Amino acid sequence: MTYDVIIVGSGAAGGTVAHALIPLVQAGLRVVVFEQGARLDDAEFTGQELEMAGALFEESGGVLTADGAMTLAFGRAYGGSTVTYTGTSLIPEPRVFAHWNVPGITHADMHARSTKYAEQNGVHFLADDEINENNALFAQGCRSLGLTAGRFPVNTRGCKGSGLCNLGCPNAAKQGTHRVQLPAAERAGVEVVTRAEVLRVGERQVSVRVHAKPASAKGHASEWAPGEYTVHAAAIVLCGGSMGSTALMLRSGLAAALPQLGERYTCHPAHILVAEHPQPIGQRGFPKTYFLDQPDAGFILETCMYFPFITAKNLTGFGADHQRFMDAFDRLQMILVMAHDKAMPGNRIGIDAAGRPVAHYTFSDAVKASLVAATRLSARIFFGAGAVRVHAPSADPPLLTRDDLPRLDERVHERHFLTHRISVSSAHMMGGCSMGRTAADSVTDAWGRVHGVPWLRVADSALFPDSSDVNPYLTVMALADRTAEALTSDLGALQSATVSA
Amino acid sequence: MPPILAPVRPVFRAVAEAMVPAAQRYGAAEWTAMEAVVERALGARPRKMQQQLVTFMRLANVLAVGMSGQTLVSLPVEKREQVLHRLERAPVALVRRGVWGVRTLIFMGHYGR
Repeated sequence: MTYDVIIVGSGAAGGTVAHALIPLVQAGLRVVVFEQGARLDDAEFTGQELEMAGALFEESGGVLTADGAMTLAFGRAYGGSTVTYTGTSLIPEPRVFAHWNVPGITHADMHARSTKYAEQNGVHFLADDEINENNALFAQGCRSLGLTAGRFPVNTRGCKGSGLCNLGCPNAAKQGTHRVQLPAAERAGVEVVTRAEVLRVGERQVSVRVHAKPASAKGHASEWAPGEYTVHAAAIVLCGGSMGSTALMLRSGLAAALPQLGERYTCHPAHILVAEHPQPIGQRGFPKTYFLDQPDAGFILETCMYFPFITAKNLTGFGADHQRFMDAFDRLQMILVMAHDKAMPGNRIGIDAAGRPVAHYTFSDAVKASLVAATRLSARIFFGAGAVRVHAPSADPPLLTRDDLPRLDERVHERHFLTHRISVSSAHMMGGCSMGRTAADSVTDAWGRVHGVPWLRVADSALFPDSSDVNPYLTVMALADRTAEALTSDLGALQSATVSA
Repeated sequence: MPPILAPVRPVFRAVAEAMVPAAQRYGAAEWTAMEAVVERALGARPRKMQQQLVTFMRLANVLAVGMSGQTLVSLPVEKREQVLHRLERAPVALVRRGVWGVRTLIFMGHYGR
């Protein structure tokens, strides 16, 4: 079985590359996308927490780091994590690309490419009357401290305010690659094969296992019959996300020539913070409208609204105090705090004996300090907005009242950051196949070309040499656009090389 | 396949009642629904992880003897919560990890039903 281009993964990167190749497909190029997850019908997006987590996330969203101290959530579906993200669409500040220090990656170039995809995916600001009380309280709390919250551009069309973005929008409003790039690519002739797990990548070929649809599972059966296939192509583009692409290269034996493979892993470690108000607050509506970036302190705050189980899990502790917060669910305001973690030795992606990805991650002192500082600021914002009780993971006990405000720095402290007691989670996996100059410092060049392997390209968040400091999907699309551009210009030579081989 | 929780069901329920006080009012139907969610989640996990959970439940039940003179299942619920709070702050990360894993399953069973 032979194609011109194989794309592994259909999320922000895979969808973008597939879409960018449409002109070539219309001219006869054969392109196939292999997606490990399933293709769901619109009616299958029920908004039921556990049901959708099982259908859309790797291990139901419960992948753990090697030491079990952090939960990692990433999508596994037609559209990848763009099915499960909130659709908040930020372009990193110039400081991020300056810090990346990759020749050719400039803020101007990334901004232009990101803007192209923001337009393609309907990114806009919500109207004032679409901002719910949970979000308005955040802005109010910021104002009480003399701070101004930024407003997120979002990629929805016809949002009905279900607030279920992270469970796959039940109203087909969120414009991920499953709504925009992939359908257009398929209409143009790109083939998308779901339930297709790429086991290994070899010299201009991949081994693929197509899985049968389990009896009770959501989604369509695969487009191909279940079984194992060897598929050849002139070029292979990895778009399986930081964890997926890196693990695929590792289990394909590429680490020997690429010593940086798996390194420079970052993930924006995050806490979900909640606060109780005396009265019910409006939670229905788009969940994530405002953010507050604090680069000097190494964190960003974002409004959010999560679901009962995920909220319960992310609060520290258990018992009567924990249940009191959960019983007050309709009175809860929520803030997501994310640390701007930086790549450091030891934080990397590896594989286990079965070849599955494993994230090795240690919380640096800087990350702990950032999360603690973010929690203190969030507590002040909550109280500034009128909350009566705040849950602070890095306080012991975690319950704060207004009386704690004068001694907040003492109550919320790094000494309470006890791993495996407090919940830390991540939905932004980055790095592992980082861009750079040579194989000594990176895995690819600035255009996603794997050093020394001309037919192999990377297009996803694995390319990030360090964290993006903001929700990464637009940056992924911009980098995927660069990878597709370079591939388009290299394709003639790659096809000639394939014929020669 | 026999239920994964079967060998430690009394410990699991004793822990659940301490972690989610509402579980103290569960009837048979609620326990069945709650444990079905947990069984489904565990069933999707590797056998090794299932065994680790069962081992940890047994260990927690015995550790309570050293901390309070009685096993977890024989302690009144307030004492159970105290013992579990001590375990979640244990200096040994593996013990904390065990508590965290069990609480995750219990919250999933209770709030995810």
